[in-house]
Amino acid sequence: MQPFDYVKPNSLEEASALLIEHNGDARLMAGMTDLLIRIERGFFHPRLVVDVKALPGMRDLLVVRNGDLRIGAAVTMNEVALSPTARSGWPLLAEGCQSVASYQLRNRATVGGNVCNASPAADSVPALLCYEASVHIFGTDGDRTLPLAEFITGPGRTALQRGELVTAITVPAPARGAAGKFLKLGRTAVGDISVMNVAVLGWPDKATPSGSQWRIALGSVAPTVIRAPEAERILAANTSMAGIEAAAQAASDASRPIDDIRATAAYRRDMVRVLTRRGVEGVLAEIGEQANR
Amino acid sequence: MRHDISFTVNGEPYNIAVESHHNLLQVLREQLVLTGTKNGCSEGECGACTVLLNGEPVNACLVLGVEADGHEIVTVEGLATDGHLAPIQQTMIDAGGTQCGFCTPGVLIAAHALLQRNPNPSETDIREGLVGNLCRCTGYTRIVDAVFEAARLQRVSNQ
Repeated sequence: MQPFDYVKPNSLEEASALLIEHNGDARLMAGMTDLLIRIERGFFHPRLVVDVKALPGMRDLLVVRNGDLRIGAAVTMNEVALSPTARSGWPLLAEGCQSVASYQLRNRATVGGNVCNASPAADSVPALLCYEASVHIFGTDGDRTLPLAEFITGPGRTALQRGELVTAITVPAPARGAAGKFLKLGRTAVGDISVMNVAVLGWPDKATPSGSQWRIALGSVAPTVIRAPEAERILAANTSMAGIEAAAQAASDASRPIDDIRATAAYRRDMVRVLTRRGVEGVLAEIGEQANR
Repeated sequence: MRHDISFTVNGEPYNIAVESHHNLLQVLREQLVLTGTKNGCSEGECGACTVLLNGEPVNACLVLGVEADGHEIVTVEGLATDGHLAPIQQTMIDAGGTQCGFCTPGVLIAAHALLQRNPNPSETDIREGLVGNLCRCTGYTRIVDAVFEAARLQRVSNQ
């Protein structure tokens, strides 16, 4: 492996300055579960890795004043998956984080890293898109916040500019009575990367014709994780069997999968339809029960 | 670039200089000559390099040696106490949970950690807890048996 140096900066300013000073030869590191593999395989050739884990706020996992869940960029997958707060308030996210690889790997892999790698198969991202999470960015020109949907701009691409780093992700609390389902298809039942996945979030809303609102996100079936807005609209109008079938088809139509080593595009498209239907039925069973209480 | 680090491994304090690009696995095997921990895939899939970092299992191939500074590491060499095998080590032998043995150090560490956080695991808990440890010999059944038995022994001895 190509040698590189390691530094643990004491402040966000210092981390940002190092990125600028080394101009492309420095890489941020958190859990290292993707970065080290890419360095070893020769995809990245950093001269310096900048360890951001100990920077202020990076390990925060807490509910802030407006009710959002604030996840410091270096909070691990296990910390979210095992957090009673996340599990009760943001279960879709906890499930997504829980589904990543193995217990050992989840002790190191971070939510911030998952978001910044911008893989279409990132398992925390479908839930974060359903909750309409925001990404908090530190830069020498000032802090900024972007909706996650705008932060991820392509496969492996983000809106981060030179010298910028992600400090936290904030996740708004879901509406009252919301329920979610994260359905992930891997080559094995547990522990594999997603062949594809579907996250479904629904909640009661008397203002819509169907009495409910929906968000659906699809992983590993497009260049980035995507929402399926047409499917969401159909379900807001109609959650009869015909409505669910139409929404599942609309989700499938929204996907743009590829053939690869894990599955064919045709299979993935078909599975989007199947898992969306199952997810919606599952959520409907839960929010229906609550409405009847 | 070399960095001076201080850390403990299996209770022993070490002050050594490590290369910044060397992973913890290399440091343990090549500098401390603790060769119980194995290098399987080098990418966090196989779990042969699993060690405890501050009591939690991690893939040593994906941790930089320099990151161990100030922390506590436990390897398979540290599971036995005063010449007595840990329960999971003895039950792995008794159940026949090891054949070629390459995955065994990682399995032992992951199983030990699983039993620390869950003293009464179900079969699903055990299989999920060990999903990051690949074994190409045993078919896992006897490993699962060994973890069940170690859990039972641990509960009995804690009563």
